[in-house]
Amino acid sequence: MTRSTMTFRRWLVLGVVAVTAPLGDTLLSIGMTRVGPVSLHHLSELIYAIGTPQILLGIALLICFFSSYLASLSWADLTFVLPASSIGNVIVALLARFWKHEHISPMRWLGILLITAAVGFVARGPSYTEIPHTHKPLELEPEAEPR
Amino acid sequence: MNLFTLHHGWADAAMIAAIVVSATIGDVMIASAMRTLGDLDDIRSQHGLIGAILAVLLSPRFVLGVIFMSLSFFSLLFALSHADLSLVAPASASLTFVTNAIAAKFFLHENVDRRRWIAALVVCAGVALMAM
Repeated sequence: MTRSTMTFRRWLVLGVVAVTAPLGDTLLSIGMTRVGPVSLHHLSELIYAIGTPQILLGIALLICFFSSYLASLSWADLTFVLPASSIGNVIVALLARFWKHEHISPMRWLGILLITAAVGFVARGPSYTEIPHTHKPLELEPEAEPR
Repeated sequence: MNLFTLHHGWADAAMIAAIVVSATIGDVMIASAMRTLGDLDDIRSQHGLIGAILAVLLSPRFVLGVIFMSLSFFSLLFALSHADLSLVAPASASLTFVTNAIAAKFFLHENVDRRRWIAALVVCAGVALMAM
């Protein structure tokens, strides 16, 4: 049985998943381009690379992505989260077009159109499959009684 | 097509398959871990942020999922040093959408209805086109 578990706040979390992953990757790529090629014999250069502002910001965004991704998988299906968050590819392409004035080929525009259509299509359906006996109550140490 | 080209084609396919299979296992393991734990918002409200983080980190399926995702990442790095970025990146990214849908249906028992199959296939095509 499927049902919709989405609220405005959860859509915002999915938005964070969508935007932070491609932006984080892009920042890592920009940072590593500035650092230059890292030789296998000088892997310690990678540690210095972490100090680059773009790489630091990229890592912070990817941490945001992973925590939001985990949260979204706790209340939505994998087959809902992955297509719904693929809109991030479109956002990055549009940023490249209108902010950095990069050329986007007709094939890429077609790709943007397909992804946007798929996101709209899946977002109108249910987000969570109710499966009995999958959720085990969390067993953490009981909180101490207040004195 | 000579023997060298044929061999290269099989090697590229094997590297892409390694990325896709390990990424799919990683995603399914992590999704399964999160489903077993339940809503993280509820856990956080009951046990605090540290409690929620601990609950995730102590899940064996989550740890296995992260190991497989790391394997996928290193397979991608290895593939990129042997094959073209324009082939490996879009092929692995788009195929993962389809394999995830199949794995989610059989291993996570998600209700992958016609709507989700179409969405997965269309996103797969869209990602491949955007990388061209």
